[in-house]
Amino acid sequence: MTPNLFTRIGPISINNPTILASGILGISINVFNRIYESGAGAVVTKSISVLPSDGYDGPNMFSIGDQGWLNAIGLSNPGVDNFSKILKQNKKIPIVVSLVGSNEHDFVNMIQKLRNMQILAYEINLSCPHVEKVGLDVGDDPDLVYRIIKNIDSITEVPIIAKVGLGSTNYLDTVRAACDGGADAITAINTLRAMSIDIETMRPILGNKIGGLSGKPIKTIAVRCVYEISSKYDIPIIGCGGISSWQDAIEFILAGASAVQIGSIINYKWLKIFSDINDGIIKYMSKKKIYSIGEMVGISKRF
Amino acid sequence: MEFLRDFNKPHTCKIEYIINETPTVRTFVFSDTIMSKSLPGQFAMVWIPGINELPMSIMVSNEKNKAAFTVRKRGINSTALYNLKPGQNIGVRGPYGNNFNIKNGNILLVGGGTGLVPLMRLLKFVTPSNNVKLIIGASTQNEVFFENLAKILLKNNVHDIIITTIDGSYGRKGLVTDVVSELLNTTKFNGIYTCGPELMMFHTIKLAVSKKVFIQASVERIMKCGIGICGSCSMNENLICKDGTVFNGNYLLENNEFGFSYRDKSGSIIKYTSKV
Repeated sequence: MTPNLFTRIGPISINNPTILASGILGISINVFNRIYESGAGAVVTKSISVLPSDGYDGPNMFSIGDQGWLNAIGLSNPGVDNFSKILKQNKKIPIVVSLVGSNEHDFVNMIQKLRNMQILAYEINLSCPHVEKVGLDVGDDPDLVYRIIKNIDSITEVPIIAKVGLGSTNYLDTVRAACDGGADAITAINTLRAMSIDIETMRPILGNKIGGLSGKPIKTIAVRCVYEISSKYDIPIIGCGGISSWQDAIEFILAGASAVQIGSIINYKWLKIFSDINDGIIKYMSKKKIYSIGEMVGISKRF
Repeated sequence: MEFLRDFNKPHTCKIEYIINETPTVRTFVFSDTIMSKSLPGQFAMVWIPGINELPMSIMVSNEKNKAAFTVRKRGINSTALYNLKPGQNIGVRGPYGNNFNIKNGNILLVGGGTGLVPLMRLLKFVTPSNNVKLIIGASTQNEVFFENLAKILLKNNVHDIIITTIDGSYGRKGLVTDVVSELLNTTKFNGIYTCGPELMMFHTIKLAVSKKVFIQASVERIMKCGIGICGSCSMNENLICKDGTVFNGNYLLENNEFGFSYRDKSGSIIKYTSKV
């Protein structure tokens, strides 16, 4: 037997566990295709909203050192009507469509417009930390999360992934609400609310002042969250947060993730990061005599 | 302590002096060793504190260890940059992106407006063996700039600077592409380099490619991160910030967005309506 990278995230099957994270690069079908050809198992779109959004004024993203990044792009996206035209061109790419909205009506409205398209799953953004009345503001309200997921589940057969982050409510309550509403999987975590000030001009640097911290500095927090969710709930998890190497990916899988999402590291390693991680995982599996990703998921919980 | 600098974080610089290029175009000069060494075609993300951050082609300065940005006042952001005074701060990160591949021998530079900025930096890198023709396009006489600077930068080269204005108030009346078309019939160029309005570049490339002449263009798109993350500068499968800004002309002609459409801040595709 030879090791195989195929993985199942509940009802979602992909050829390898590396997924492009939401917010990264995802508005052009040709760019999606390029990322898929570079070795990603699936891609997640930028979060799509009912209406187009220009996002925030800049600076939108910069380094804080140690491979950490601060960003507040502000959920810029072409809106569901324009995006559906892009998505219509999809023939073969496993695309997860990230959706962002304030209430169940927003999500139902968007999903009705995306009917009969080639979509692997919906990822419901409950965790963007810097835009009002959406993202984390929604995720912090477990009753609203339940209503949103329940309503989506009632109108579509497409699997639902809830993307959770760390806000002011215990995120495990948000996970529970998503599970109860009918979510098929959880993505954990999003960026963490953060800011940075330029001491020369004495101003916050981000145009929006407050944004989200991503990259290496959040990895150990994300591993902890995946471990906690997988210890507490019986739901498949996609790990996200600071994954920069195959070793990081395996760490998330051992904590309980069935797949991982890749984001900030793309700036350093560009698109070959997907095949780099996949090659490393295969070698590790051979060495450890592990033949499927599924065997590895959550092993660390035995100890 | 330049060696400690994180080039992905805005680095604060003071504007030292300002050159009025035309009634609507100004050049802002600042000291920065890293930016002063950038290559033609590369860009910086420029933070105008309290306003926004913009991708800007990095302008040359006559002085060592200095660089500049040249801006035309147009929208809110560019006007805010245009109105800055000496002593005020901007933040710079980068330089980012690839650069022009400068061929030996006969080269032709075709620029319009602030698209001349990367071409001025290119002139800093020409060798004495280069025979340089530069076409500067403008709408009218008082919008022509960089003519004298180009003469200074080209003092060691055989060169010819040709100005075109749409209204004919200075230089030749017409478009840069009229001159490109004529020159392609009389001169064998080893390389053509263009930057300016997209449709000007598109038509220049078509002319060059039809004669099988090597041509590169520096392409502009809306950018927010500048580092290959946000996707704002997508053009088909390309990210201008990572794969560009410089592309080979024949590659651009295969692209069904270049010359036809661009993306607005939301990422929606907007078709070009005007003809060159």
